[in-house]
Amino acid sequence: MVAGAYVLEYHLVNYRRTWRSSALSTLVLPLLTMLGFGLGVGAYVSGGVEGVPYLDWIVPGLIASTAVQAAFGEATWPVLSYFEWLKVYFAQAAAPLRVGDILGGHLAFMLFRVLTSAAAFLGVAALFGAVHSWWAPMTLVVSLVVGLAVAAPTVAYSASVSSDSYLAILMRFAVLPMSLFSGVFFPVESLPVVLRWVAYALPLWHGVELSRDAMLGLAPGWLGLLHVVYLLAWCAAGWLLAHRLFRRRLAV
Amino acid sequence: MVTLVLPRLVSFEGSGRRAASVTERNINTLRSMYWVVLVSGFLEPVLYLFSIGVGVGGLIGDIALPDGRLVGYAEFVAPAMLAASAMTGALSETTFNFFGKMKFMRLYEGILATPVRPIEIALGELAWAMVRGVLYSSAFLVIMVAMGLTTPGRALAMLPAAVLIGFAFGALGMTISTLIRSWQEFDLIFSGQFALFLFSGTFVPATAYPQWLRWVIEVTPLYRSVDLARALSLGPVGWTQALDVLYLVALLGLGLTVAGRRMTGMLCK
Amino acid sequence: MDSLIHARGLVKRFGDFTAVAGIDVDVRRGEAFGFLGPNGAGKSSTMRMIGCVSPPTDGVLQILGMDPRRDGPKIRAKLGVCPQLDNLDIELTVRENLSTYARFFGIPRKVARQRAAELLDFVQLSERGDSKVEPLSGGMKRRLTIARALVNEPEIVLLDEPTTGLDPQARHLVWERLFRLKQQGVTLVLTTHYMDEAEQLCDRLVVMDGGRIVAEGSPRALIEQYSTREVVELRFAAESQEPYSEKLAGLGERLEVLPDRILLYVFDGDAAVAEVQRRSLAPASVLVRRSSLEDVFLHLTGRTLVD
Repeated sequence: MVAGAYVLEYHLVNYRRTWRSSALSTLVLPLLTMLGFGLGVGAYVSGGVEGVPYLDWIVPGLIASTAVQAAFGEATWPVLSYFEWLKVYFAQAAAPLRVGDILGGHLAFMLFRVLTSAAAFLGVAALFGAVHSWWAPMTLVVSLVVGLAVAAPTVAYSASVSSDSYLAILMRFAVLPMSLFSGVFFPVESLPVVLRWVAYALPLWHGVELSRDAMLGLAPGWLGLLHVVYLLAWCAAGWLLAHRLFRRRLAV
Repeated sequence: MVTLVLPRLVSFEGSGRRAASVTERNINTLRSMYWVVLVSGFLEPVLYLFSIGVGVGGLIGDIALPDGRLVGYAEFVAPAMLAASAMTGALSETTFNFFGKMKFMRLYEGILATPVRPIEIALGELAWAMVRGVLYSSAFLVIMVAMGLTTPGRALAMLPAAVLIGFAFGALGMTISTLIRSWQEFDLIFSGQFALFLFSGTFVPATAYPQWLRWVIEVTPLYRSVDLARALSLGPVGWTQALDVLYLVALLGLGLTVAGRRMTGMLCK
Repeated sequence: MDSLIHARGLVKRFGDFTAVAGIDVDVRRGEAFGFLGPNGAGKSSTMRMIGCVSPPTDGVLQILGMDPRRDGPKIRAKLGVCPQLDNLDIELTVRENLSTYARFFGIPRKVARQRAAELLDFVQLSERGDSKVEPLSGGMKRRLTIARALVNEPEIVLLDEPTTGLDPQARHLVWERLFRLKQQGVTLVLTTHYMDEAEQLCDRLVVMDGGRIVAEGSPRALIEQYSTREVVELRFAAESQEPYSEKLAGLGERLEVLPDRILLYVFDGDAAVAEVQRRSLAPASVLVRRSSLEDVFLHLTGRTLVD
């Protein structure tokens, strides 16, 4: 555990060099999305959705979606490059660290990025008056869970490929469709039944539902518990898979 | 197929031939996985069309055009998606990939030891971005026609428009690449690109914005592109569209000139 | 006069920094010409000007009778360039690296394929033709880069430090291939900071330092002019070699004290050793060797590290 913290420290120190440019996009992208979709498109959704104004309805979804985007961003190119180009993992494996430390430390850093992105979005949302409940900060916890549910299996995937073409394919065939059809922009109930079940199977929709409950101050109920359990299952499976792949590649 | 036909199309002596040899190099790099990435590039605008155009469109219903006609939201968004994807495709090839080849792979240093000149590299890379762009745009237009969002005749007119949009943004992207110093700055480009994508009259008419913002929006390249594509798709076409074309041609010429100059300055110092 | 490369007062400045400070060079057809010098001497800048990818700041430069400022593409069509750092195309196979490169010269596809096969054979890479570039060893990459420089059957081949970083086997293979090119009448222009390489390959060379040419001639002539026939290396067991320099006074033309040994530049090494023994100085070790280009080089450009 302590050793994992050293790995986290490495990533944080490394991040100090580049945080400025990423901080800008971390703040600007939610701001733009809020303006473009929440206010712009929202003005044309006359009746609102499920009884709330469109802006209030999409903000929680956008927060969960932002968490997932950040998780993907950190779990793809950096992981591939730490194996293939920069060889950072191999350097770490030469130190007295276990596979769990290396993997755990990096995942912890990814969650740090997930948390800052989601928090920035929540802050921007508050400025736009889209925060109505004292439960709203819970959406950050939801972001961490859905972030890990996506990051862990994605790390495993990135550890198993050798070329960044595969990452582009994952982005295109998994991330983008999931972001667009998981109930962020419109309710999944309007999807054809097959696609609806695909959305149910992927992690983002569960995160969106939980986040929406938190932001709108609704009781999540038993279904909420089911969402959490399902997301934790993704986290666990992803961790196990990633751990196995890391051990095989680092041979320690 | 493409390898055989393309160089012949532009096989006039000198510059054209040398630029074509740069395009040919890119075709030679196509390998199994890269093909999938390449071919699936057309998916992106299609997914947006279904999610926003159809999905969110279900919440919006019809939308009024400036001349008062009501059209379905998907019909409204589709031409904008065509323009936006022409932009995204051209920019990804001429910013991220181009920068990587120039700085990271140092590919152009090798090429410049041959008779090929910097401006010819720029032209060759741009031609390559266009080969991709034409394929994506054609696929998207077929889908638009199949969904009844435009007529086949109008779709045919939109194809050259999409190519022009791609060319203009490709030249712009190359200029940007020559100005960038590190990978981190791509975050900035992406933010800019995303802003254009959201606010160029893509998802809502520009009339929805405050007056001062409209003026800013209307001079951006994607707004002019969306205006052109939407007019061709839904009519009516008038003088404004001639202005759009002129604007894009000017952007293309300016971008190429600056990119060629800057490349010469960077690589031949 | 058949001067393929002709430079007079050639200058290259980057802002305030002067990389090449006015040099005169003439390279004749069929010879192997070397630029020697420590890092930062201006060798690579000179090579880039000759390669027509870097416009001269001042002075005259003519290559194959043409002006690089005006006829860049025409000149480059007849040059082969092997840069200091390999910039092979990592997205292509070994064979495609050659055939695709040939296309940049406008060589027809069929000829390009044929030439790629011949050149792979020439640099002994035929078996790796379908491999990607990345898994190749350093020596293989270098050979491939040299093969690529030959794809247009150039009149002049420019080689910037052709064997830096290679193991001895790979170096000798590269030298042997370059020697064969020379025999075929190709003009070679190379930079190096390996003296053995310069002695092996060059008919004529210039030593550059601080952007200027400080010596010029054949390797033999340079040794005769700037060094003695033989060198005696004496190592004394004491902490410092310095006290012995006085006791060696008058021996040989020149004497150099290094932290670990003393060098005597003499005509007859054995006679000098006998004299050392007569003065009963008893060094821990004695080595008599012939003067090399390295002695000339260090004499002319100094022993201090340049960077």
